Amino acid sequence: MGTTASQLGKDLLSEYQELTFLTKQEILLAHKRFTELLSKEEKDLPNTRVSMERILSLPELKSNPFRERICHVFSTSAHQDGSLTFEDFLDLLSAFSDSATLEIKSHYAFRIFDFDDDGTLDCGDLEKLVNCLTGETDDTRLGPEEMRQLINNILEESDIDKDGTVNLSEFQHVISRSPDFVSSFKIVL
Amino acid sequence: MSEGEMARLMEEVEEKKKLIGTIRNKPWRMKRRLVQLREAQQFVDKFEGALGKGKGRKWYAYKVMMTKKWIKFQRDFENFRTACIPWERKIKEVESHFGSSVASYFIFLRWMYGMNLVLFGFTFGLVVIPEVLMGLPYGSIPRKTVPRAEQPTAQDYSVLMDFNGYCKYSVLFYGYYNNQRTIGVLKFRLPLSYLMVGIGTFGYSLMVVIRTMAKNADVGGGDGGEGEFTFAWKMFTSWDYLIGNSETADNKFASITTSFKESIVDEQENQKDENIHLRRFLRVLANFLITCSLGGSGYLIYFVVKRSQDFASRDDLSWYEKNELELIMSLLGLVCPPLFETIAELEDYHPRIALKWQLGRIFALFLGNLYTFLFALFDEVNTKLEEEQAIQNASIWAMKEYYANYTRLLNDSESTPPPMDPSDVIRGPCWETAVGIEFVKLTVSDIQVTYLTILIGDFARAVIVRFLNYCWCWDLEAGFPSYGEFDISGNVLGLVFNQGMIWMGAFYAPGLVGINVLRLLSSMYYQCWAVMATNVPHERVFKASKSNNFYMGLLLLILFLSLLPVVYTIMTLPPSFDCGPFSGKVKMFDVIMETIDLDLPAFMGTLFSYAANPGLIIPAVLLMVLAIYYLNSVSEAYKNSNLELKKKMQMARDEEKNRRNNMDSTNQVMKDLEDLMPNQSLAPPAPPPEPEKTPEPETKPVKTKPGKGVNLQKDVALASPNPGAQRPVSRPPGPRGQGPGAGPGRGRGRGVPPR
Repeated sequence: MGTTASQLGKDLLSEYQELTFLTKQEILLAHKRFTELLSKEEKDLPNTRVSMERILSLPELKSNPFRERICHVFSTSAHQDGSLTFEDFLDLLSAFSDSATLEIKSHYAFRIFDFDDDGTLDCGDLEKLVNCLTGETDDTRLGPEEMRQLINNILEESDIDKDGTVNLSEFQHVISRSPDFVSSFKIVL
Repeated sequence: MSEGEMARLMEEVEEKKKLIGTIRNKPWRMKRRLVQLREAQQFVDKFEGALGKGKGRKWYAYKVMMTKKWIKFQRDFENFRTACIPWERKIKEVESHFGSSVASYFIFLRWMYGMNLVLFGFTFGLVVIPEVLMGLPYGSIPRKTVPRAEQPTAQDYSVLMDFNGYCKYSVLFYGYYNNQRTIGVLKFRLPLSYLMVGIGTFGYSLMVVIRTMAKNADVGGGDGGEGEFTFAWKMFTSWDYLIGNSETADNKFASITTSFKESIVDEQENQKDENIHLRRFLRVLANFLITCSLGGSGYLIYFVVKRSQDFASRDDLSWYEKNELELIMSLLGLVCPPLFETIAELEDYHPRIALKWQLGRIFALFLGNLYTFLFALFDEVNTKLEEEQAIQNASIWAMKEYYANYTRLLNDSESTPPPMDPSDVIRGPCWETAVGIEFVKLTVSDIQVTYLTILIGDFARAVIVRFLNYCWCWDLEAGFPSYGEFDISGNVLGLVFNQGMIWMGAFYAPGLVGINVLRLLSSMYYQCWAVMATNVPHERVFKASKSNNFYMGLLLLILFLSLLPVVYTIMTLPPSFDCGPFSGKVKMFDVIMETIDLDLPAFMGTLFSYAANPGLIIPAVLLMVLAIYYLNSVSEAYKNSNLELKKKMQMARDEEKNRRNNMDSTNQVMKDLEDLMPNQSLAPPAPPPEPEKTPEPETKPVKTKPGKGVNLQKDVALASPNPGAQRPVSRPPGPRGQGPGAGPGRGRGRGVPPR
């Protein structure tokens, strides 16, 4: 049930078209880029997993501050190591494609931002999120006082049931009002 | 199989089909989706055949097959369409280096190119080609021939650059077209086609712009309210996932940090109303200065147009004097916006508001210039119309003279003399071609100025900064002048106004649309190269977020404003008597009347005459006004009910929260009671653990709280239960006075200050 050799079967191709938001050319391009990441022996095995480091060498993901979270979220590996098969890769591209719906995007965005995978965005998650967004160097980071103020403001805005965390529905409620989200949450090969 | 069973089976098949159709919307893993898909497809295949038994089986099977083929065809067509979109790679490269806002300009450019290509197809296919293939060739009739006086210079480069000489008497301009009612074997009605294409251009553009606006408004999310979720949006939506370049990413990090810090500070400090009088005075002063400069530029254009009319009568003009008008207009468009920006420093607005003011002022500048230009042009047209009368008489006189001479010379009054040589006939001034030439010259000079600006302003600057940096006292790259940033709004406005000029001029110069298509094509490559080679990503990236529809709105406004002059001339001005497809008629739209009279069956004519009756038109207009009023009030009612529903949700949420707090106290009371009772029968059930797996996305979550000694009905709340909610049970009970309406939670949700 995976890719065989370096050619994508016609049936599989049409099934993938049915199941994702990608067009035929996009799927073929994804296949090409994915097989470029494989070494020679791996190319012949079906259903190979590509390790996270190699995925992160793709130029589209290299500069993304959330790249590791993205790999973790889309990975179906039993070891939780962020490695992706070709189908995981297609899932990733489909969720980030131009024609994906707002619900899909916000669902995956929520999971990407949920750093501790507990189903809600609490203060720790938000703090890690802000640190990712402000870069690695110390002079761009926010001080602890500013961080506290920022997180308070965010919770005030989005936490509707006032339990100190943002859950999926609250997140989707906030995101659905944003005019920029759909156009910025996009990765194209 | 019984009827009931068949119906049920059919329902199941339909459901499976629906599942197949929407399976990509579910956030499952690919494996699970594949399994589901294959199951569903197997089910459908197996039972679809069975359902076809009985009457109408062949028809059912045929229908199923056609549906399958149709879906496959649609998908292939979509694939083909996406493959046809040009320049995807280029735009993606720009996007990864500069972010999505710069790339949006190029997407807009590509969209314009597509629209112009369609307009070009119409004009070329329905007007130019028939005239070239089926009409009379060059040199056969006066309007198609260069007059004898101009013939020696007609091929000179300078004359051609001015669009005189051979250019003027070619398919590019209105004057070339013949007014024969039907031409060629196919009896193609050229004048009718010319008029219809002119009007159809506007109709098509209108349709396309409105359709794009509607699509954008759909995606954009309607009434979010400007400052509702500032912080949350900054957190969750500010990163641009298309960025693939580390330098751009660093810039983005810096700008996000700055914007966080700024909004934190803004939120903390109140409006420092320091010296509001000074600020007001400065703003009034700034507006006054800007109005003065707008007025000044308008007057300058008027003055230059008047001068160019004087020049028209002279022959010894320098290059500058010939092109003065176009140069001045383009220079104004270049110089004034930075001037406005400097004056706007006085006003001290928030950057987003300042940008809006700036765009509004540039818009007013361009509009004022264009309309002043038009009015001056109209003056010219009127003068030409007066001339025409005199020339008409003169040409008739010359014709009579020619015949008289001819018969005298040949002493033969019987034979009919051959017609006068076309290049000798006295020509009318042909105002339509003159107007067309003006627009073409304006467009061409606009193109030249834009390209030169990019070359000098961006490229030369980048070269100087890069190479002089080695031997200059201060760091050119970090300080002044450094590399340029891509000016999105200036470029988009330029594009919008260029399109406005094309719309205005296309009726008088059918070749103008072709020139524009070439211009957009070359612009795409040229500007993509310039951006990648000479520009740096913006330092401060704040998004004018609904900007896409803003520019479309501008385009729509310009479309209406360019429609006005063209329709006015079609309706009121008489066409020239000897050039163009409408020559000889009293008004241009007489062509339509003629067609109705001669080509359509008789009853259509009477039908149209009834329809054009004012007694019918006025009630129709009234009806439309009433419809607008009705739709307006319906939308107001919807907005109000929306607000009511929001308030209700808010109240329900607050009640929920208060009930939860109350439950501690209720629980405590129950505990006391229970202690009194002997067998602890009143003990409330232990709070059931509410485990939370990966939450399913629910668009309409409905929560049922298990009864904890308090009877709760099904409440509509926006938050699903989550583990954090277990805390209230371990806390000491809150104060008893927390009835609905007193809790701090009440005011919280509404208290976000608007930004």
